[in-house]
This record gives sequence, C-alpha cells and structure tokens, in this order.
Amino acid sequence: MDWGALQTILGGVNKHSTSIGKIWLTVLFIFRIMILVVAAETVWGDEQDDFVCNTLQPGCKNVCYDHFFPISHIRLWALQLIFVSTPALLVAMHVAYRRHEKKRQFRKGDQKCEFKDIEEIRRQRFRIEGALWWTYTSSIFCRLAFEAVFMYAFYFMYDGFRMPRLMKCDAWPCPNVVDCFVSRPTEKTVFTIFMIAVSSICILLNVAELCYLLTKFFLRRSKRAGNQKHHPNHENKEETKQNEMNELISDSCQNPVIGFTS
Amino acid sequence: MNWAGLYTVLSGVNRHSTAIGRIWLSVIFIFRIMVLVVAAESVWGDEKSAFTCNTQQPGCNSVCYDHFFPISHIRLWALQLILVTTPALLVAMHVAYQQHQEKKLLVLTGHGDPKHMEEVKKHKMRISGSLWWTYVCSVVFRLLFEAVFMYIFYMLYPGYQMVRLVKCEAYPCPNIVDCFISRPTEKTIFTVFMLVTSSICIVLNMAELVYLVVRACARRSQHNSNPSSGKGSFYGHKLSSEYKQNEINQLLTEQDGSLKDMLRRNPGLQDKGDRCSAC
Repeated sequence: MDWGALQTILGGVNKHSTSIGKIWLTVLFIFRIMILVVAAETVWGDEQDDFVCNTLQPGCKNVCYDHFFPISHIRLWALQLIFVSTPALLVAMHVAYRRHEKKRQFRKGDQKCEFKDIEEIRRQRFRIEGALWWTYTSSIFCRLAFEAVFMYAFYFMYDGFRMPRLMKCDAWPCPNVVDCFVSRPTEKTVFTIFMIAVSSICILLNVAELCYLLTKFFLRRSKRAGNQKHHPNHENKEETKQNEMNELISDSCQNPVIGFTS
Repeated sequence: MNWAGLYTVLSGVNRHSTAIGRIWLSVIFIFRIMVLVVAAESVWGDEKSAFTCNTQQPGCNSVCYDHFFPISHIRLWALQLILVTTPALLVAMHVAYQQHQEKKLLVLTGHGDPKHMEEVKKHKMRISGSLWWTYVCSVVFRLLFEAVFMYIFYMLYPGYQMVRLVKCEAYPCPNIVDCFISRPTEKTIFTVFMLVTSSICIVLNMAELVYLVVRACARRSQHNSNPSSGKGSFYGHKLSSEYKQNEINQLLTEQDGSLKDMLRRNPGLQDKGDRCSAC
C-alpha cells in the first residue's frame, strides 16, 4: 500500500469531479506526491545521520536533533497529502451508493429505469447536484481545512519556512551551548518553499472550485425558479427528454430516483 | 506478498461487507497501512543505529536496546494489521462456499450455462443466515485482536510516550548508563496517531456489530409478522426469473435439508426441482 495504490483509488474519483477538481488532482499527484517521492525523500534521507554537533558527548546529538525537529518535514508532508486526498473518497462512496441504488432498481426490472444494462450504470457519470453536491462541497471544505491546518503546523513548528545552517543547542546531556549543523539546508529550503507554493496553488484551486460550485448552484436555482417545469435530476443528455417524460408519468407515484434531489 | 498483495486479497471481500465494513477497510488501508509504509517505517528505520549509550563498553549498546525494545513498534503494528485484517477472509471463504453451492444447484436444475455462472459470481450476497454468523464472528475476532494488541502495546511501552533518555544497567554495562533514543518526539506523534486510528477502528467494528444485530432482530420480527416474505437466505433478492425459481427451490429444500443432499448424491433426481417449481 503506497502512493501508487492511493493514485489508483483516487483515479476513480476523477471521473465525477469538476474540471477544476481534475486539475487539482493532477497538481497533487505530479507536483506534490511525485516530487516528494523522487526528490524530497532523498534530500531528507540523511537528515539525522548528517546532523552533526560540535561535541563528543554521547546522546547530545540525538537530543538536539529531537529538540529542533519534533517531526520531519517529509513525514508532515506525507500526512498532509494523505489527509488532503482522502475527502475525495467521500464523493466516491456517495457515487458508489447511488450506483448501487440504480443497480437495485435495474435488477427489480423497474420500467422507469432508463438504463439498458448494468454496464451502462457502471460507466455512467453522475451530475454534481442534490445530495452529491453537498457531499462534494463538504469534501472541498475538508481539503481546505486540512491544507490550512498543516500549513499552520509547519509554520508553527519551524518558525518560518527557512532551514538554518546552524542551530545552537543546550539540552541535557549537552555540556554547554553546542553548535549543531544541519545537512543540506539550502536544498531543504528550496524544496520547502516549492512544496509550500504548490500547497498554496492547491488551496487556490480548491477555493476556485468552491466558488464555481456555489455559482452553479445559485444559477441552477434561479433557472428553476424562473422555469417551473424544469426537473432537477437528469444524468445524461440523451436520456434527459425520456427522463422528463418518465418523471411526469411517475410524478404521482413514489419514484426513488427523486429521493436523490433533496 | 506485501501490503499491496493483502490489499488485492481484501478488496474482494469489500463487495460483501456492510457500508460500515467498507469504511473500516478504507480507514485500515489509508490511515494505518499507508501511514505505516510511507511514514512510520522511515521514522523507526534508524532506531537501532541511532540508539546511543554513554559508554565505550562493547555490547552494552546492543543489550540495552534489546532490553528496552523487545519488539519494535513497527513490527508490532505490522502484526496487528495482518491479524486484524485476516478475519475478513473467513467471510470471503464462506461467500465462495455459498457461491459454489449456488452454482451446483443451478447445474442440477438445468441452468448451468456460463451466463448464469457469471451472475452467481457477480451478485452480492446478503448477510443473512449462516453468513451472518460468520460475519459477526469475523467482526468479533477483529475487535479481539485490536484489543489484545493495544494491551500488549501498553504492557511493553507503558504510557505510549517515547522518552528521550533511558537508564540501563544490564550486563555488560559497567554501571547505570544513559542511553538516548533517536527521534523520540516523532515516534510519540506516530504512536499516538496509530493509537487513535486503532480506537476509531474499534468504534467502527462495534458500530458494525450493533448494526448487524439490530438488522437481524428487525428481519426476524418482520419474518414473524409476515412469514411468506423471502427467507433470510442467500436468494433473498430476486434478480431474474431464474432466481425466482431458485428461491422456490431453496424454500422447498430449507424445510428439509436432506433434499439438497439427495440432489447432490443422485443427479437423476434433478427433475424433481423442475416439478417443484411448477407447484
């Protein structure tokens, strides 16, 4: 179970995302996860081995390293990326639930079901409206919240985003104030700034996606208010008219499909 | 065989789980196994090489490390995750057995074509009857393993916090020696994280258990008030006319389990199934 498996899991979510969501996912995988795996992990690979303190006192180096790096950048980014990508699974679960309901309808031999076979249900792309809209919007909020929390944690723990060359340490058992030298500080600073920049871009993309969804929601609502006959829940363009007819016929009955629109 | 292999094996089980079971599986794979592989393993990677004791005495370092870390956190978590995920295989085996029985019945009743065989393989089993008991057992085992490992963790490493300094006086250390652990704060953070996710998994398992019990009681009361409704068997949902026929066969054989044995032992009796469906 590694980043490749996460990519497989999230790849499926891509189909039901907005265009901005797809861009966000691409930025996440290429500019954050891939950079982390192929570059950043090597830069931080020798962070403890090459953390050198000007003392022979055993234990001083360990204690000073632990004091200045309570959690390594790499691990923080790994946790951030895992937390930021998992809200998309809420959307995947909701879509899977809807698909399951449609399959159940189809198997019951429901005449109102507009699909020809199970495969079509599996391949169908759901429109982001109704309950799915709320799930999608919540997932974006969660992403934004996680990004913000981790950015703040980073800033709080490392007092800014710059990696200094030298740190002065006087934690026990160091005999006095000892100079400790960090390995590859400039390279680490470069990658830290890069990851922060990409993280900010992802935050902007999430905010843009949120605005897009809200705008679409209000536009749809005003269109619906203006046009009384417009029915809210249609998935495919070619079935829209048929669905409308079906809905008009079945409007008097309990149509489970309408349950999704609340 | 690695974590990816385990993921492949368990993804199949996912289809026959409840919704809570699927959430549990996602939490296990994303927040526990994945965090273990991509983050925790590198934190504990240098735990022995960077374990430093304030002595030049050869062997003291090794002895003290062994005294304070009888089994590494990483290995304990790996064992825990393997033991906790494998009861789901009981369910997979039971489902495979039920599917095998269905296929045999289909063949005996003359519906042994590949299309029907595929249908059997693809349709989702309802968690009722003996499958319910297997499922509940697997959830109970999961809970048990989680609890046992949490206890072992607490016994081996009281308090879950990793200290910076440990004092060691095991032979051959000449006196009480200070030993310093590498990355104690980072290790504490990950220990707490894994503990929290373990607790979340325990809560999910308990919720699933309660859900299964409530559903079984509800189904039982529904069955008592309406005896002609579908039995809680694996033909519970009607897919097509063939499954309607299967349900009738199942209802007939459920009253007397020996009929199924008879069909198995005497294939010539398969006509009886057809005659019964005409009743």
